[in-house]
Amino acid sequence: MSEITAEQVAHLAYLARIDLSPREITNLTHDLGQIVDSIAKVSEVATADTPATSHPMPLTNVFREDVVVPSLTVEQALSGAPDRAGDKFRVPAILDEE
Amino acid sequence: MTYLTKLSAAALSDLLVRKEVSAVEATRAHLDHITAVDTDLHAFLHVAADAALATAAQIDARRAAGETLNPLAGVPIAIKDVLATQDMPTTAGSKILDGWIPPYDATVVARLRAAGLVPLGKTNMDEFAMGSSTEHSAYGITRNPWDRDRIPGGSGGGSAAAVASFQAPLALGSDTGGSIRQPAAVTGSVGVKPTYGGVSRYGAIALASSLDQVGPVSRTVYDSALLHDVIGGHDPLDSTSLTESWPSMAAAARAGLKDGALAGVRVGVIKELSGDGFQAGVTQRFEETLALLVAAGAEITEVSAPNFEYAVAAYYLILPAEASSNLARFDSVRFGIRVNPDSGSMTSEHVMSATREAGFGPEVKRRIILGTYALSAGYYDAYYGSAQKVRTLIQRDFAAAFSQVDVLVSPSAPTTAFKFGEKLDDPMAMYINDVTTIPANLAGVPGMSLPIGLAPEDGLPVGLQIMAPAKADARLYTVGAAIEQLLEARWGHTMLSQAPALTPTEMFASEEGAV
Repeated sequence: MSEITAEQVAHLAYLARIDLSPREITNLTHDLGQIVDSIAKVSEVATADTPATSHPMPLTNVFREDVVVPSLTVEQALSGAPDRAGDKFRVPAILDEE
Repeated sequence: MTYLTKLSAAALSDLLVRKEVSAVEATRAHLDHITAVDTDLHAFLHVAADAALATAAQIDARRAAGETLNPLAGVPIAIKDVLATQDMPTTAGSKILDGWIPPYDATVVARLRAAGLVPLGKTNMDEFAMGSSTEHSAYGITRNPWDRDRIPGGSGGGSAAAVASFQAPLALGSDTGGSIRQPAAVTGSVGVKPTYGGVSRYGAIALASSLDQVGPVSRTVYDSALLHDVIGGHDPLDSTSLTESWPSMAAAARAGLKDGALAGVRVGVIKELSGDGFQAGVTQRFEETLALLVAAGAEITEVSAPNFEYAVAAYYLILPAEASSNLARFDSVRFGIRVNPDSGSMTSEHVMSATREAGFGPEVKRRIILGTYALSAGYYDAYYGSAQKVRTLIQRDFAAAFSQVDVLVSPSAPTTAFKFGEKLDDPMAMYINDVTTIPANLAGVPGMSLPIGLAPEDGLPVGLQIMAPAKADARLYTVGAAIEQLLEARWGHTMLSQAPALTPTEMFASEEGAV
């Protein structure tokens, strides 16, 4: 069994910016333990001399001409925002009061 | 006009081009059928009836004016809800995007519109394409037209169920680990995952960017080829889009219908994708299909892909890692819902965390947390780093196999459609179901699923997966069309003509005053 603990799951949830209920943390701790046990076997064949592949069809330096092309209008860009202030996205406070 | 819904896209196109049927008639027939059967099946999350009829009327007017249109102009199509559509809500099956109408079209949607296809609506899917059963949609399940108590596959269960139940002749899907091919297999339809980079992903809501690919869903191999020709090709808006010019997939499919199309074709059977864990009826139909291939002159060779054993494990590290990063964009600022926390300070961080708690379903949370774990300091090398090395090994397995054979085949899925709830509480059981389809995504090679019969033990469809080397998508269509023709000649009918008739229960009930 893997070493995943409820404290670890709670910390991961904080890093991922998802509030989780105590019940969700319990369930996820169980699920993650099982999943990690099953997928840890990748290390069996991943030897030091095997190169890593990040992308199935590697492309490098995908450039385009530096010309202006049509883009979203301000109204379009703001059309899905939950809140706005004039021509800008309105966000909640960035800093805590403490 | 019910018969119009039974036609393939190609057959409907013929009638439209000859002006024997109007696009409005074709569209209305499909909309009527959706009204009759989809309350029960729930393939669609959104039906754009008025817009579809208006689009169809424009096509009719242009055709009447003598304009030369794409042959598919006027043919209705369903669009998976993962693709951005400027005039229809786009949710990716998630509450976090409830009601979002994107300010732009995905490139594939723009290309459909340019070719004159008629979008009918958006189809159901597992939330953010995470799942193999469509049970993880935030908007309810989609039923399999072959058996209402069974899953239509996933994540593209809505698109597959829509074509299998004749609500649309064509649909678009996306395939990250099998989300086009596995739903095709369990619904008796056809689905293709093109070569990575062969079809633009601009406007496709990203799940795992090194794996995702958009592709066609249909009832016949030729129809998928026609749609592939419309959506494929280089798109400067997608920097992973390949720049080559592609041969006509439709021509490739037509080549498969000629006598002797399979003569001398070298077909590799992947040893690791058979045997234990495969349902008896799946294995039986698969072996019968191999016999048919031999009789048609193909050469069957068994090939080994020893590292495929590690594919599911590598996939469930790479996918969550990429997904946890991609889904960080759902921050309650630019699009989607915003939920304020019940207590505590209303900072961006707290609002974002409360929004994601309310907006994401259990499977999405599971994969984001798993991905965050896999990328954590101290675990990165052991998990994510190792998974990327496995990816290299799987690519080498494919390279070795394709040095001996032209195409590889396997069953598309280990079993026929399973029942609702069967794997929902056991994530690994659900994940392992993708064992056959995941290797193609890890290597970027194209794959197709087409129906090869019903499993004797349960009477449900079985799919054949064909895979080809990267960029050799045309080969899938030639071999697939040839196999489809042989099977239909043997059966004396198409696969989907055998699907149980769908009773528009609620409609009749309401007419009889029972509701």
